[in-house]
Amino acid sequence: MSTTTVEEMAEVTAPEPFWSRQRHLGVALILIGGLAAVVFGSLAPSEDARFTLSEDSAGAALAINGQFGAVLFGLLTAAAGGVLLAGLLKRWSNVFLVAGILSFLLSFLCWQVAGEFMPLVDTTDGTLELALPLILGALAGVLGERSGVVNVAIEGQFLMGAFAGALVGTMAGSVWAGLLSAAVGGVIIAAILAVMAIRYLVDQVVVGIVLNLFALGITGFLYERLMQPNAQEYNQPPQMPEWRIPGLADIPVVGPVFFEANLLVWIALVLVVVIHFGLSRTRWGLRTRAVGEHPTAADTVGIRVRGLRYLNVLLGGVVAGIGGAYFTLVATGSFTKNMTAGAGFIALAALIFGRFTPFGAFGAALFFGFAQKLATYLSAIGSPVPSQFLNMLPYLATLIAVAGLVGRVRAPAADGQPYIKG
Amino acid sequence: MKRFWSANNFTLTALSMLMAVVIGGVLIIISDATVLAKFGYFTARPSDAFESSWLLVSTAYADLLKGALGDPAVFSAWFSGEATWQQAFAPISETLTYAAPLVFTGLSVALAFRGGLFNIGAQGQAVLGCIAAGVAGFTFGLPIALNLIVAVVAGVLGGALWGFIPGLLKARTGAHEVITTIMLNYTAGLFLAWLVIQQGIQAPGRSDAISKAVAESAQLPSPGGVLRVHLGIILAVLTTAGVAWLLNKSAFGFEIRAVGANPHAAKTAGISVAKTYVLLMAVAGGLAGFGGATQVLGTAHALTPSVAGNIGFDGLLVALLGRTRPWGTLFAALLFGALRAGGNRMQSFSGISLELVTVLQALIVIFIAAPALVKAIFRLRASRATGLGASLAKG
Repeated sequence: MSTTTVEEMAEVTAPEPFWSRQRHLGVALILIGGLAAVVFGSLAPSEDARFTLSEDSAGAALAINGQFGAVLFGLLTAAAGGVLLAGLLKRWSNVFLVAGILSFLLSFLCWQVAGEFMPLVDTTDGTLELALPLILGALAGVLGERSGVVNVAIEGQFLMGAFAGALVGTMAGSVWAGLLSAAVGGVIIAAILAVMAIRYLVDQVVVGIVLNLFALGITGFLYERLMQPNAQEYNQPPQMPEWRIPGLADIPVVGPVFFEANLLVWIALVLVVVIHFGLSRTRWGLRTRAVGEHPTAADTVGIRVRGLRYLNVLLGGVVAGIGGAYFTLVATGSFTKNMTAGAGFIALAALIFGRFTPFGAFGAALFFGFAQKLATYLSAIGSPVPSQFLNMLPYLATLIAVAGLVGRVRAPAADGQPYIKG
Repeated sequence: MKRFWSANNFTLTALSMLMAVVIGGVLIIISDATVLAKFGYFTARPSDAFESSWLLVSTAYADLLKGALGDPAVFSAWFSGEATWQQAFAPISETLTYAAPLVFTGLSVALAFRGGLFNIGAQGQAVLGCIAAGVAGFTFGLPIALNLIVAVVAGVLGGALWGFIPGLLKARTGAHEVITTIMLNYTAGLFLAWLVIQQGIQAPGRSDAISKAVAESAQLPSPGGVLRVHLGIILAVLTTAGVAWLLNKSAFGFEIRAVGANPHAAKTAGISVAKTYVLLMAVAGGLAGFGGATQVLGTAHALTPSVAGNIGFDGLLVALLGRTRPWGTLFAALLFGALRAGGNRMQSFSGISLELVTVLQALIVIFIAAPALVKAIFRLRASRATGLGASLAKG
């Protein structure tokens, strides 16, 4: 996204003031750590918080006294903050930051889970499942944005993919036909985005937003005209089978999550690695990054800027369309109106929070998936923490990230700018 | 005629609408099983397929028009004394009711756009406006008129706060307003969903997510009965005039336009770009909050998680269709309101899903935003006055 920042125009500030970013973060961590130790610690009942390795409350478990855990991890958060504030080990400041945030999370969990149990398999499984469309959507975004095309139409591509997957999957009676046409559905939206943004130079954010509404309208319209009156014929797609890899699936926690899964999980994981290496190690990746950072320079050395952008946006459409298939072929057995309900925007948030890199987006998507899973888990055990606030987490985290409070997010330099051959 | 065929704004808008309507017609036909069956023997009797398609599409669009502007049959019934004048004017009342909040959200987006900011956050700002106006509406219990004014002002302030945040972040840290406003939209939606089920807010004795009703003295006055139209549409026209004045005649408006045209030049000329961004986003947020307030105080009368509907995102389309001019936005909002009101009738009379209206609206704006595409399709001559493409291409 083109960022005409005000700051860039301001005068150069003095180098390295005492209150550096690191020290600010240190103070923040000490404050929330102390708060966690006092508030969570006093609220938590003095009972065991059990994190079971199985689906139910029986069996092997990691257990800790809830009150003790809440105080302990709160103090650890504050300690990590103390290291940052003291300015020690500057090279490792990010590690301490992550450690501080994680122990804050654990302190919170000790308070919530005390007297209850949290099945780790179910939690990890649910996290990955909820993160699945986010991973694919964010990867679609990575492909487009790294070549300089902003894609806010991930939501629309999800919807189109979900719809096409359900429709064709049912009519052909094959889940693979559904998956293929989901990809085509995503490509349709991507193609309109590409033509409008690259050929007709319309503002990419405008096209993206309008395409979201277009996809919402057209899938809703066809749903009400075709699928609702005739669900049997058009809206009962077969479900994606779960495959189990013998041996590997018996590993505790990790096994059932990764090795007894549907194809989409593996597609997503493979794509993260493939796109990462593609971007950093191949000719295509180098060219993509060049086009996204400085299209004029790329053009000068003979790279076809527009052609590459078309290619990347369409590839992104394939990936996002497959992400849409998750909604109808994996999560639920049928299409409903506006069923993605903003997931495309969480994927966008994951993309930005992950700093436009495949692994970053993957990590952010897992984090957001975990927040959602935690929200459902907490409301199931009757926690006083409202699920809406946990669901806000992805948005607030991204807000903090782009505001530069936790390291500035920098978009590709030519992101959002159409290239006019001069 | 020659001038008409050159690519001026009017021609482009008219042709965009025409193309949207044609594509909508195709969608109606291909989603209708009985008509589609007639295309099965198209080569044998093409007239069958054409006749039934024409009948289907023309009835649907006729219902759309009747629902938006008025049914001639009801008008003649009124003249012969068989129907009341209220019934005759009910469709127009519906159009104005749907248009009122869209004028505000549209103005919000349009104003920010002129300052070079893309306010996608009108939705979240409208939600905050709904919350503040609604809560003020059933809490204070002030006497008539005063209660209404307090509720409206609360709504405006709520929206202004939600616009102020991305403005401040942009000015202080350079965080792009598109990203921050998208994030704030969903934050606001979730906050509303949480708020309406809290004690003291939720309507007593209800288990579903709905708040207490806004006090009668805080509601926007309306003729009542089948006429749902309320004072909001008059406030909308006044606000349009106010925004037009602000933008074109006031010093702040000059600063907005200068910063929008070229922030570097504006800074050189001594305008504080940061201050303009913050103030502009707060004002834009206030406008969207006003829109949310009219929605709650004029139509819904109580908070629900979906009380703001889609008015923020629709406002975005309205502003683009109105070419980010205040009066243009007003007319675009009226068009969208008419489509929405007509869509309701089309849904209940012809059985064509209301979603068709969303498709039509999106298509119109896609074509408007890509004048080069429309020109290419209709082989229009180039014209100097095709401002939007150029102004949108900046991002």
